Amino acid sequence: MPHSYPALSAEQKKELSDIALRIVAPGKGILAADESVGSMAKRLSQIGVENTEENRRLYRQVLFSADDRVKKCIGGVIFFHETLYQKDDNGIPFVRTIQDKGIVVGIKVDKGVVPLAGTDGETTTQGLDGLSERCAQYKKDGADFAKWRCVLKISERTPSALAILENANVLARYASICQQNGIVPIVEPEILPDGDHDLKRCQYVTEKVLAAVYKALSDHHVYLEGTLLKPNMVTPGHACPIKYTPEEIAMATVTALRRTVPPAVPGVTFLSGGQSEEEASLNLNAINRCPLPRPWALTFSYGRALQASALNAWRGQQDNAGAATEEFIKRAEVNGLAAQGKYEGSGEDGGAAAQSLYIANHAY
Amino acid sequence: MAHRFPALTPEQKKELSEIAHSIVANGKGILAADESVGTMGNRLQRIKVENTEENRRQFREILFSVDSSINQSIGGVILFHETLYQKGSQGKLLRNILKEKGIVVGIKLDQGSAPLAGTNKETTIQGLDGLSERCAQYKKDGADFGKWRAVLRIADQCPSSLAIQENANALARYASICQQNGLVPIVEPEVLPDGDHDLEHCQYVTEKVLAAVYKALNDHHVYLEGTLLKPNMVTAGHACTKKYTPEQVAMATVTALHRTVPAAVPGICFLSGGMSEEDATLNLNAINLCPLPKPWKLSFSYGRALQASALAAWGGKAANKEATQEAFMKRAVANCQAAKGQYIHTGSSGAASTQSLFTACYTY
Repeated sequence: MPHSYPALSAEQKKELSDIALRIVAPGKGILAADESVGSMAKRLSQIGVENTEENRRLYRQVLFSADDRVKKCIGGVIFFHETLYQKDDNGIPFVRTIQDKGIVVGIKVDKGVVPLAGTDGETTTQGLDGLSERCAQYKKDGADFAKWRCVLKISERTPSALAILENANVLARYASICQQNGIVPIVEPEILPDGDHDLKRCQYVTEKVLAAVYKALSDHHVYLEGTLLKPNMVTPGHACPIKYTPEEIAMATVTALRRTVPPAVPGVTFLSGGQSEEEASLNLNAINRCPLPRPWALTFSYGRALQASALNAWRGQQDNAGAATEEFIKRAEVNGLAAQGKYEGSGEDGGAAAQSLYIANHAY
Repeated sequence: MAHRFPALTPEQKKELSEIAHSIVANGKGILAADESVGTMGNRLQRIKVENTEENRRQFREILFSVDSSINQSIGGVILFHETLYQKGSQGKLLRNILKEKGIVVGIKLDQGSAPLAGTNKETTIQGLDGLSERCAQYKKDGADFGKWRAVLRIADQCPSSLAIQENANALARYASICQQNGLVPIVEPEVLPDGDHDLEHCQYVTEKVLAAVYKALNDHHVYLEGTLLKPNMVTAGHACTKKYTPEQVAMATVTALHRTVPAAVPGICFLSGGMSEEDATLNLNAINLCPLPKPWKLSFSYGRALQASALAAWGGKAANKEATQEAFMKRAVANCQAAKGQYIHTGSSGAASTQSLFTACYTY
């Protein structure tokens, strides 16, 4: 092996590491507000609102006008490209409003999934072309972190070795390019919850996928201390007839991470997938109460699980904006507590009963 | 990916995990007394003692029959095949002398190196043939862990990707077979200190090697909670003109491990390589004082660094038994203290003075 050719200088490493630590500071997580135009269409149609640029701007304004209460529970916000250049009703750029609250601005940089020929409907993610130039521009325009989502699914024959390898590789290339431009890459290898598989199968697949991701990151000389991971929690498939408790989900999730995610990674920010707002909070809380040693921050990077109630309260009416913002702040605060294992649940018997439901880890 | 086929039952996992934890609990480490006949020949020649089976037996008996308080510093002893079946002068099997002290007995399993054609004198390790049957027999005969040493070297074009991949794969096969037979595999990917490379280069190579090892262990479905790692510390090459402090060695070592070794691994027991007894202890102590998060136990698996003084004190004479045992006990206790970061080197002011010598980790 030839001598190493350092990918980053000491100053570059420090900057990346500082950004990552700010985002996942204790009690803080990420608001994923980076829904593409197509995804926003689905959200808005559910509340009977037309999918126009103005409506998307008004909706993000509802979220970003949250008061200082979000400072202690939101460490970062992921933007979609369009939103990065939008302003609020007073002409203030959203980027500035977020930065002024001491929250780090992030940007979605992938360009969606494309099929992998010869597989059972599997995909990879595109967006590497010209990525370095785009990152450099986003950095100038206020972004300090980025996000790229890869997707894998569980079925009889999937995820295939090719899908795992290809998605891990593309995530590593993206991460390497981000870091060259002073941007912390959030690495998101999402394993979809679709299917009838049980918890154990999801754990097994998650371990294989994450092992491949971290090998690829090592091969591509990515500086782990300047990255974040955005994985799925380990859960059964949506159509699985067996029900599991938050403690079982927590134990399976933390076990999988302990076996694959090096301690150098500062934080793991879970995606919420199809979980309801409350489920996503309860599961995150159980994860933070799991008795296994956890060397990284375990927090949230939620889209729907932070916005569902707010969206519903807003329904496109400016008169509802204040109430909608309150709904968002409420979920943000709850998840801030869950990220510290301090959420007592919405009224039911809290911590003590839950603790006893943890099964000894050797069963996983 | 096909459905998973569990490699181990929950009971098998529990047994392996408990063995691994008991070896490294409370600052305990390992005595590597598994020198092959040829290697013992080198050791004995230096103290002018003939390399006979009886002499080898006698020396090991002296060490193992030391006061039982040794079990507070030594959690496991690795034996060579011959030693597993030798008896003490009272007729008791040497392995039982150890077991009665509550020390776990281990066995060297590899069968030496073989060249990798087409490389710059690189090697892989043999010993997989019939390994399962050998492990089953060793388990019956009292062993609860195994050890297998893979060797990589730093030089022009070395370690090559072939050498890394091949040794990682052989280690993973060995580990998998051990676990099937109730033996905890100690995974030893030694990067030799020969050469004039600096500390940074050793760190780079160690990170690449360990990343490959853990990917291979994952691919081979090895249960990490039931393994131990035996790596080199990260040091400059022997012929490097630049000198480094124990704190620099510690920071480089823990940084490399931090980036590659999952938290699920219960313990990391460093090899001493060519280090003096005192250096091996000082470095281990500095490692345990390193301010980075350390989710695994950081302990020792020393051969020469535990036995050099004892060998010199023995000189082949039974009359020197007490002096030999004293020398051995002294090093064992010192290393146990170092494994807790509590070793006070006579002449220094202990932990406080070493703490301040740590350089901020982001430069690594």
